Amino acid sequence: MNYMNLTSDPLIFGLTLGYVLAIAVPLIIAVAMYVWWERKVIGWMHVRMGPNQIGPFGLVQAFADVVKLLIKEIIVPTNANRFLYFTAPLLSVIPALAVWAVVPFNQGLVLSDANAGVLYLLAMTSLGVYGIILAGWSSNSRYALLGAMRSAAQMISYEICMGMALVCVLVLAGSLNFTSIVDAQVGHQGLFDWFWLPLLPMFFVFYISGVAETNRLPFDVAEGESEIVAGFHVEYSGSVFALFFLAEYANLILAAFMVSLLFLGGWLSPFQGWHLGWLSISGWWWLFAKFFILATSYVWLRATFPRYRYDQIMRLGWKVFIPISILWIFVAGILKYFHLVPMGL
Amino acid sequence: MTHAIFQMVCFILFAVVAVGSALAVVSVKNTVHGVLALVLTFFSTACLWMLAEAEFLALALVVVYVGAVMVLFLFVVMMLDIDLEPMREGYIKYLPIGIGAAVIMLIEMLGIIGIKTFNVQAGPNPAGASNVEWLGQALFTHFLLPFEIAALILTVGLVAAVVLALRVRSFSKHQNPAAQSAVRAPGRVRMVKMAAVTPAAPEPKPAEEPQA
Repeated sequence: MNYMNLTSDPLIFGLTLGYVLAIAVPLIIAVAMYVWWERKVIGWMHVRMGPNQIGPFGLVQAFADVVKLLIKEIIVPTNANRFLYFTAPLLSVIPALAVWAVVPFNQGLVLSDANAGVLYLLAMTSLGVYGIILAGWSSNSRYALLGAMRSAAQMISYEICMGMALVCVLVLAGSLNFTSIVDAQVGHQGLFDWFWLPLLPMFFVFYISGVAETNRLPFDVAEGESEIVAGFHVEYSGSVFALFFLAEYANLILAAFMVSLLFLGGWLSPFQGWHLGWLSISGWWWLFAKFFILATSYVWLRATFPRYRYDQIMRLGWKVFIPISILWIFVAGILKYFHLVPMGL
Repeated sequence: MTHAIFQMVCFILFAVVAVGSALAVVSVKNTVHGVLALVLTFFSTACLWMLAEAEFLALALVVVYVGAVMVLFLFVVMMLDIDLEPMREGYIKYLPIGIGAAVIMLIEMLGIIGIKTFNVQAGPNPAGASNVEWLGQALFTHFLLPFEIAALILTVGLVAAVVLALRVRSFSKHQNPAAQSAVRAPGRVRMVKMAAVTPAAPEPKPAEEPQA
């Protein structure tokens, strides 16, 4: 319970505030860079250039878009519920940023090394759905309401498989703390000590649920342009729209981090224990490399797959992923009980 | 010292928000606002539990009630197309009944707390073990049977709800996504062999000179 002590001293209080900013500001910049990278990669996949006009390689494009969004007029629809209309984007951004309190970046490099870190993560990600539902309802628009309905049902469904995939990881690691979960993946067999191997189906379930949970293609029926214009945020413009945008990409970055931490060994080197000199040294750069590969793979998915139909999404979640997850919880229990998976060193 | 004061301030803040939002649940006009006030009540209660270092309970409350149950609740309330005025008619009439129920519940709760504080036991929580770990140990050893029975009751409730809500209507149309996914090209596309016929190439027209 060290977070209690943090408040006992104004100096430490200020320091904590500094840590919070040290996570939140790079995160927001990362969102901007991720948007640039996404447009660039999709451009290459479409045999286009992508953004290339503003700054070197179009790098400043994302910031130019931010400025554009911030100075645009905010339009409130007639008969919209003004209070909820402006609360909704906040409800979607605050959990998206608050989650990062428990995400470790390296051994010991974490804002709050909470014992129940994974539970906290689940709690915060489950709050994000309120922003979407309220945005859809308070806009007083059919399209927005339809988008909110779809998105709420989808997020709740995929939260279940995500939670069950987490349970498998917890059973193997024997802890709800992120640092302990990564430590449980330490070993001498390089990347074969990580949890993706004993929990291979869960690795895919978690990866795909992460995409579905963030309402990204191919699961983006919540804002399917061809059907319901832009879904829940159709009426939003300017900076309030930017908040939804920020929340979506922050959640996507979080999903990539989660897969890296829970299944791909976090900051552990893929060559750990192989005595390959500096390649075998674990550090934050491995975590960021894994994150970068996963984040790029989300862009790849977006450029490659057509949108799922709504009933297909529900079928995948409830009739495929949940049975697999339930089965694999038993498998994980057996693996743990008979010590079939080496834990740590 | 500052630590204790800070905790006190937090407690008062969360408690005031919890009580205020609970009152708002029964007094606000808009039903959606009422549901949101209930969400806020749950959330501030979770914060209070967090202050009492019951982190598992607090987070479970947020995950289960705020994150799932209340979302569905909000959903249903949003879909309701109700006239709000007649619903507010009996407010004063039913107020004494509501207050009576609240008082009885308060007495019951105070009774439970009173009994608990008299029979307070030295917690079996070993030093160093986290709250969550200890709770897991207790649930899966001493309280395994009640835990499993609770799980069974919840499953039965779930199945019952599905059975009650399920209506198979003869005229409803639906698709079978499994069959759709199983479709292969030969089932849909027929390749027809056709002899290639090249039409006689027409005489290329002489390029017309632009006049003038």
